[in-house]
Amino acid sequence: MRRILTPLLGAVAALLLAGTAAAQDAALLQFDSSEQEALYQGLVRELRCTVCQNQTLLDSNSSLAQDLRQKVYTQVREGASRESVVDFMVSRYGDFVLYRPPLKSETALLWFGPLLFLLTGGLVLAFVLRQQRTRAAAGTGVSTPDQPRIHGKH
Amino acid sequence: MLRFTVIGVVFALLIGLFWVGLGLNPRELPSPLIGKPAPEFRIPELFDAARELSQDDLKDKVTLVNVWASWCSSCRSEHRHLLTLQRNGARIVGLNYKDERAAAFGYLNSGGNPYEVIGFDESGAAGIEWGVYGTPETFLVDRQGVVRYKHVGPLNDIVIRDTLLPLIAELERS
Repeated sequence: MRRILTPLLGAVAALLLAGTAAAQDAALLQFDSSEQEALYQGLVRELRCTVCQNQTLLDSNSSLAQDLRQKVYTQVREGASRESVVDFMVSRYGDFVLYRPPLKSETALLWFGPLLFLLTGGLVLAFVLRQQRTRAAAGTGVSTPDQPRIHGKH
Repeated sequence: MLRFTVIGVVFALLIGLFWVGLGLNPRELPSPLIGKPAPEFRIPELFDAARELSQDDLKDKVTLVNVWASWCSSCRSEHRHLLTLQRNGARIVGLNYKDERAAAFGYLNSGGNPYEVIGFDESGAAGIEWGVYGTPETFLVDRQGVVRYKHVGPLNDIVIRDTLLPLIAELERS
């Protein structure tokens, strides 16, 4: 048991450490105020790394993500607002950099897609339930094509 | 019978959705630069460090801006296409992205140099202005210095024949 557990724990520890690499260099950053720090921390969690598409700027260790974190940091230190940093990123990389994309015609399907699936599922469910109720009301509980097999000669 | 029709239709719709959806390349993001003036940048030239290159150097002629680096392996695979384009009269400006001078020289010495001039973007700052997220990337800039098209990833025969060459011809006429 121990023979398996030790390397396993080692691997888990390594993974945990890897996860904190980005967080650590954020701890080294200097800010003028806690609001400024909160702004930076919020932005790097909300902007997507365009190289490793399922990671935020904070999560990613790609060199582009490092550069962009640095860019966000410099802008925040220079007193930029949340909007101006977001505008800077969007005007270069497009809406894709936002984990919370704005609502417009191109992103409508993204926003309302889940609702669409829910509605479709609801309609199918309602349809199936109604069919079952009709069958139950007919008294047999068996659909018409199956009836000859039951009431047939066999 | 109705049930089978419904299942059939839903199945066909799903096939269609996946056919289109999985056929798309998720790495190809639409560039917000298209239709806008080329972003501002100011970087030294690769061979001539005293010379500065900026967005103004892209005007007056339809220009391909190719972002490359010696460490980028897929840049090598598109290199022969760039050489052919240049031989056929296209003007190509290079953007050497996060590279080292010596390595870039070696790359061009062994593979040939299709570029008229090359900007040396050591820090990647110009790359950020251009929204570069993966080399190679190729932009097409018209005579007024407006970005018209962007291709992410290595150029290939199909893109060049069906999109790039017709677009260059069209922009040169206008």
